[in-house]
Amino acid sequence: MESVIGIAGLVKRFGSTVALDGLDLAVSRGEVHGFLGPNGAGKSTTIRILLGLLHADAGVVRLFEGDPWRDAAALHRRLAYVPGEVNLWPNLTGGEVIDLLGRLRGGLDDDRRRRLLADFELDPAKKGRSYSKGNRQKVALVAALASDVELLVLDEPTSGLDPLMEAVFQRYVEEFRDHGGTVLLSSHVLAEVERLCDRVSIIRAGRCVESGTLAELRHLTRTSVDAELSRPVTGLAELPGVHDLDLEGRRVHFQVDTDELDGAIAALSRCGIGTLTATPPTLEELFLRHYGDEAAAGEPVPA
Amino acid sequence: MRSELTGTGLLLRHHLRRDRWMLLAWAVAVTLLYYSQAVSVAGLYKTQADFDQAAATMQHNTAFVAMAGPARALNTIGGQVTWQAAAFGCILAGLMSMFLVGRHTRVEEEKGRDELVRSGVVGRHAPMTAALLVAMAGNVLLGVGVSASLLSWPLAPADSIALGVGLTLCGWLFSGTALVAMQLTASARSAYGLAGLVIGVAYLLRALGDVGNGVLSWLSPMGWYQAMHAFSGLRWWPAILLLAGSVVSTTTSYLVFDRRDVGAGVLAARPGPARGRLHGALGLAWRLQRGSVLGWGVGLFLIGLAYGSMGNDVGSLIGDSKSTRELFVHGGSSLVDGFYATALAMLALICVGFAVSSALRTRSEEVDGRVEALLATGLHRSRWLAAHVSVTVAGTVLTVGLGGLGIGLGFAMVTGDGSRIGPWLLAALSYAAPVLVLAAVARLLYGLVPRLASLAWLALAFSAVVLLFAEAFRFPQWLRDLSPFAHLAAVPAQDFRWGPFVALLVVAVALSAAGQLAFRRRDVR
Repeated sequence: MESVIGIAGLVKRFGSTVALDGLDLAVSRGEVHGFLGPNGAGKSTTIRILLGLLHADAGVVRLFEGDPWRDAAALHRRLAYVPGEVNLWPNLTGGEVIDLLGRLRGGLDDDRRRRLLADFELDPAKKGRSYSKGNRQKVALVAALASDVELLVLDEPTSGLDPLMEAVFQRYVEEFRDHGGTVLLSSHVLAEVERLCDRVSIIRAGRCVESGTLAELRHLTRTSVDAELSRPVTGLAELPGVHDLDLEGRRVHFQVDTDELDGAIAALSRCGIGTLTATPPTLEELFLRHYGDEAAAGEPVPA
Repeated sequence: MRSELTGTGLLLRHHLRRDRWMLLAWAVAVTLLYYSQAVSVAGLYKTQADFDQAAATMQHNTAFVAMAGPARALNTIGGQVTWQAAAFGCILAGLMSMFLVGRHTRVEEEKGRDELVRSGVVGRHAPMTAALLVAMAGNVLLGVGVSASLLSWPLAPADSIALGVGLTLCGWLFSGTALVAMQLTASARSAYGLAGLVIGVAYLLRALGDVGNGVLSWLSPMGWYQAMHAFSGLRWWPAILLLAGSVVSTTTSYLVFDRRDVGAGVLAARPGPARGRLHGALGLAWRLQRGSVLGWGVGLFLIGLAYGSMGNDVGSLIGDSKSTRELFVHGGSSLVDGFYATALAMLALICVGFAVSSALRTRSEEVDGRVEALLATGLHRSRWLAAHVSVTVAGTVLTVGLGGLGIGLGFAMVTGDGSRIGPWLLAALSYAAPVLVLAAVARLLYGLVPRLASLAWLALAFSAVVLLFAEAFRFPQWLRDLSPFAHLAAVPAQDFRWGPFVALLVVAVALSAAGQLAFRRRDVR
């Protein structure tokens, strides 16, 4: 598949602090790519290098097969960016900013602009200083979503939006994807990521620790199993990949590495399954696993 | 009432810590304003007869009276100090008070930091009280500096003290009016505009009153200060007016504060256009800076008018002593031409204030996080910077030109001789070159080490010191040559020379280009 973003071995230092420590990231055309990581992991730094605002110290960064530092302006005509913290000029109205950013990007779709303003319930005649955080965010979102571009780079775009507006945002991102657009979405709203993203990269301390489809990532973690059996089960504890086993007469609860799920269910089946619930890990569990202290940076996640 | 002020002491200590160097700088500057008058007057007139003669002429020059104040005891050092420094001292004290009060009240509110502070154990009135106390302390510092320096000259003790006390009270009054302004609008910028307007109107009323029958002067705090008649029959009662004015304005600000919501102003913000007409980087840069360009332009024009309206009287006004000739007369020209050559250079120096602040605008845009979204569009970063450079260059030419036009017109109005307008305008325009050299220094610093960009103001201070004091302090030539203002021919005292003008332009372009290159290579925050 055609690559839109290709980053390999990216290093960025600020003085003695290493912000990015050999980061890899690949986003193909047409996908919505979730970009996750704890605060300070280097998400915004990566995005700002991708936009040519920061100079990479080492590594390869390709954006639309171009060099984002050298060809910044030309490449930017093909993307729209929503920063995590939107700062507006206090004396310009939201409408003026939307039009300015749109023009600098090479034009706005007037019809979509109107629709976006209505759907986001944004008053474009107010001055920048009088907008709340959520409304400033909306100004940047409308400016980005009303542009005709191939790629959306969104850095925590819904921070400050209410749930209704979040739903509006998700609808527009889906519409954008359905028309063949590509999205890089950095977010802490996991429900949003689960709903929108085809693939996810999790970074930590400046490195990518996990990347793949949600299904693939789930595969690397444990499924939680809850069952009621006809007779007490034996030998479950000896099976590979079974953890936190909790036997209570004929009730059994345990976690199992998703790779070993088949063997565990077979063992249960031999004892006669009454009821069975198997819960795949939520993104949140996946997340906590990578964010937790035991998962040291770059260390392979125990399967 | 007590609980309304909880936390004031803590905030006050925090503010004083943040402001200590700034307060010191203001105090030194204002003290120098007064003290340097004593120094220069003492050096200017060799005999009392010279002094008497100059005083007589000054007294009858309407432009001088409008600019400085009522002419009293001008043939004494104390009288001269009072006359030359009081009005400007008031303006400086007013500006300092305005910035101190604004910085700790409306600016904090606008940036949302005030909210965070207020969520702590902090009384409703604590933030504004702490801000007010900082401003009051700053004004006490000014007063003490002025009084102490004049006492050390030594001038008459009671009058020296009165001049300092009056200044402090005047500053307190302007702290109060600034605090009222901060309550009125939700934007710090417009609040500063309002507070500045109060100072401007006070100066204007005083100027009109002093020229006319004196009634209007009694409507201005500056007039009350000057009505204390320091060094010319001191009286203390006008100080009571200043004190009463401080109490009234401060009380008003608290009353207004109690009637508004935190974060909001009393005057509602007007809606603006829903569609934008801004085209590209240049349109944006102009929109962001046009207020400043026009403000400086009008200001310089008015200052120019004031200089020009001295007409041909300058000879009798500034005396004909050896040191005056040294200061003003360049290469055997007449005193009038020499004076206007110096006036043009001074105007250009003031214009540097615009040029450097305009050049540093990119820095505040970047620090406030408004560049990121712009540069993530099809806008190339060099074009963004070039747009701001264009506004700086065009604005500099415009403002310095308006200043030159002002001098010419003022001169023509008083003398009826319009032949100077054209040549002086051209001379003023040639000063765009050294002004732009300093703007380019700011640009280069911004490109290389943005953190240190505001050091460009030091270059302005240095050039000012060279222009004003190089003769008096006998600076060595190499030191003078470091100032870009030292190289241009002093038109109209000397004939214009292309060489230094072109050389300065080349330096400005080279420095600015180097700044561009450096900016293209560095990280944008």
